[in-house]
Amino acid sequence: MSIKRPPATGDDPKAARREPGRRGARSPLARFLVRRVLTALLLAVGITLVTFVLTNLVPGDPVAANLGQRALGDPAIVAQWRTEHGLDKPLPEQYLLHLRGVVQGDLGTSQQSHRPVMDDLADSVPATLELAGAAILVSIVVGVAFGVVAALRRDRLSDHVLRVLSLFGISVPTFWLALTAFYVLFYRLQIAPGSGRIDPGLTPPPHVTGLYTLDAALAGQWDVFSSAVGHLATPALVLALYTIGLLTRFTRSAVLEVLGQDHVRAGRAKGLPPRVILFRYVLRPALVPVITVAGLAFGSLLSGTVLVEAIFAWPGVGQYAYKSATTLDLPAVMGVGLVVGGVYLVINLIVDVLYGVIDPRVRLS
Amino acid sequence: MTLAISDLKVSLGGKEVLRGVDLELRAGRVHGLAGESGSGKTMTGLAVLGLLPHGARVSGRITLGERDLLAMTPRQLNAVRGGEVAMVFQDPATSLHPMLTIGRQLTEHMRHHLRLDRRQAQARAADLLRQVRIPGAEEALGRYPHQFSGGMRQRIAIAVALACSPKVLIADEPTTALDVTVQAGILRLLRGLCDDLDLAVLLVTHDLGVMSAVADEVSVMRDGVVVETGPRAQVLRDPAHPYTRALLDSLPGETS
Repeated sequence: MSIKRPPATGDDPKAARREPGRRGARSPLARFLVRRVLTALLLAVGITLVTFVLTNLVPGDPVAANLGQRALGDPAIVAQWRTEHGLDKPLPEQYLLHLRGVVQGDLGTSQQSHRPVMDDLADSVPATLELAGAAILVSIVVGVAFGVVAALRRDRLSDHVLRVLSLFGISVPTFWLALTAFYVLFYRLQIAPGSGRIDPGLTPPPHVTGLYTLDAALAGQWDVFSSAVGHLATPALVLALYTIGLLTRFTRSAVLEVLGQDHVRAGRAKGLPPRVILFRYVLRPALVPVITVAGLAFGSLLSGTVLVEAIFAWPGVGQYAYKSATTLDLPAVMGVGLVVGGVYLVINLIVDVLYGVIDPRVRLS
Repeated sequence: MTLAISDLKVSLGGKEVLRGVDLELRAGRVHGLAGESGSGKTMTGLAVLGLLPHGARVSGRITLGERDLLAMTPRQLNAVRGGEVAMVFQDPATSLHPMLTIGRQLTEHMRHHLRLDRRQAQARAADLLRQVRIPGAEEALGRYPHQFSGGMRQRIAIAVALACSPKVLIADEPTTALDVTVQAGILRLLRGLCDDLDLAVLLVTHDLGVMSAVADEVSVMRDGVVVETGPRAQVLRDPAHPYTRALLDSLPGETS
């Protein structure tokens, strides 16, 4: 907690930024950011510990899952396999070795693919990020817009229609929706492309970010781009429907709450144009709770990808996690855990920073 | 300029909350509007600015000079709001936008109504803060409402109201949410501004003590109608209406 300074030297962020040399004179936003990043780093270490412990608590022997019947009968082969994968050392030592590896960017070797887990993740993580990112983007844009419309047209037809739609989105199970969408849009109506990330006849765009849409656009390969967008659309919308419903409901209630606040009436009394009232006076304060929910929703979206990826044959982390978990491929499982935990951390960090950007009371206190 | 309200009727959800209000505000005069809560004081103030709750039905006339505010289109009314007629609300802790700097809140409507550029608006904003006696005006522009005390915030809210040189100022219980010790300062400020800027002020309050301190004329409302209007001394010392007398008798420590 910062000590309240006399007003003359100023809590004014601009004044502080002008004098970078003074001790402790960093801007409140910068101090706020540093604090959040440090907390995030501590949490990251916690995540490695939790993924490691949980993975090793799993009842099941990776040896049995990975070696064939005959090999299992030979104690020498089993012992050799355990040594190879570091399973003969005591757990704390295994953890420290694991931690050292993580810091060096080495997550071990997958027992299934016999490739470094890092390489496997480098292939699958961008696919999932593209899917989940598209879904959350659509959710935020559509959900917030729907929520605002529902609040401004409270108790009228559009509000009722949006209520039914959002309840549908929230209550329909993702896997059912995914199957139905696939069956109807691809099989019956044939308006959506089939599974995978692009048409089978196309070569993936040159790897820059791993997001096919972005890479294709960067390379100017517009046929690949449109194919990638087409393939992304259905699974992303299926994933987004739940979060759209959620964000519509939350935005509606947040906007209604802000609409009743004094500062909105005061803003109207100033004769500001309705557009300014809506965006600056209503939406900005209403976005604070909406951002929290959007951050949490991204988490549920990530878990939703496992099912959606399976149904749309999307080669992402969800599929990789499923495969590794069923074969007790411990390094791979830990790798996935780390990635998912890391994504949560980043999302939380973004949410925290957005709080600070939107609400000065957060960064100045 | 004169703001005249005549036969103002407002109904909300079928219930008539104002039943024919008549009031006249004149430049350089503070007109006090008293009455118990629910008597329609605040509704009268909001009706002038066209800020009544959704679904309210209004009839009567509110004339500013020659123009009838009730006959205006929303666009025309928006040009009057914050421009010629401004308002100060009860609680400065909630009526200022918590996420915008004081400078932004002082300049945004100036730039809109008066078409000032950023530099001009900033300079005028600092002048306004000095006028309402906020220390360190330039520096205060970059700060946020929560960094000021309640009395300071209300001074800032008054500065915001004054930004576009209004002719009429509606102050809705401007001291009710404040400590007794800072109330007097705010009232003195309002009185001084009224005299210096030739403002027509409508001071809505349930506090007859506040009223007797600054008002030139006093109107007393009950159940959506004005029951008595007159010069302060007359209404407060020699009330003609029994309801005014009852209000005065209810003041602690005062017997007439």
